[in-house]
Amino acid sequence: MSNVITKFTRSVPAWKPRVTPVSLDSATPEQLDALQVTPSNTKVSDYVLTLAHDVEVLKVRSPLFNGIMYDKGGMSRAERELSALAASMVNHCIYCAAVHADRHAQLEKDTAVTDALFTNGAKADLGPRDRAIFDFAYALAQTPPVADETHVQAVRDAGLDEAEILDLILSSALFGWANRLMHVLGDPVRKNG
Amino acid sequence: MTSTLTNLLGPTTGAVTTALDGRASIVAATQGAENAVLTPRETGAWSHDLRHALAARIAAQHDEPDAAEHYRSKINDSTLANLADPQNDGSDQGLAHVCAFMDRVAQQTRDVNAQDIKDLQSAGVSDADIVRLCELNAFLAYQLRVLAGLRLLGGKA
Repeated sequence: MSNVITKFTRSVPAWKPRVTPVSLDSATPEQLDALQVTPSNTKVSDYVLTLAHDVEVLKVRSPLFNGIMYDKGGMSRAERELSALAASMVNHCIYCAAVHADRHAQLEKDTAVTDALFTNGAKADLGPRDRAIFDFAYALAQTPPVADETHVQAVRDAGLDEAEILDLILSSALFGWANRLMHVLGDPVRKNG
Repeated sequence: MTSTLTNLLGPTTGAVTTALDGRASIVAATQGAENAVLTPRETGAWSHDLRHALAARIAAQHDEPDAAEHYRSKINDSTLANLADPQNDGSDQGLAHVCAFMDRVAQQTRDVNAQDIKDLQSAGVSDADIVRLCELNAFLAYQLRVLAGLRLLGGKA
């Protein structure tokens, strides 16, 4: 398929499922409830409709995702996005990488970090705190994970406290999950392509 | 509440305990996800026993023997037990296509492509059951990394 995107980009692609998503017309009440479909809200993405095939997991997944990426305290929003991006680069999940690079750039009001990562890869020149966060998240995303004491020491030296390091771990690990859905169940494609 | 994550991690101290307390809702939601992935009411083609065997297999592939044992101990159907060992390819159970897919998604995530999904469909696996396999694999990837990371954070490398 010629319009499948294979290179990292901050321009968020469309997502084309490799399986047939649940159809709203034939969805069960439990699926409709999990999809939060109401008469005034009938717009549901193909991705969420695909995940609705496993509705019990879909129901528990959204609060968990939102908690890890948005709950107050701990590591900053932008740094959680950087951690998510590191995992998505390991797993070559073009779609997740685009979404979270874009959010990072918006939160930072600066594209420098994500430009550098997409141009030069994981070894791009980053500031010391971003470098330590990215390296820990990247090592943890390998299979099996290769994160070790040196990564923990590096983020401590960069000034992260325990609550921040916990958020780093959670956001990288979460994208071990998300990437295995997004990258496995569909293709990132050009919008209107 | 009982949590696989905190049980496998063992006692924590000081700042790690405080950090985990600050994210108690996430620890609880992680357990909720484990229950939904391993012991759903609607299993599709994948029984609770098979799910635990595949979870143990993925834990072994992540070098997490205690997590592997946690899942292996819940396999009641002895005919599925050897799937927990990644050395077995699943052909004894007629599940070689499932094991091959799960091994690839767990370990070579970046290389997975459309053909992997087509192969499962050609083997007669329904789209809903493909999503169920992915969620199982994906959840384990998450849980095992949280465990590994927390162990490092607690200085228990």
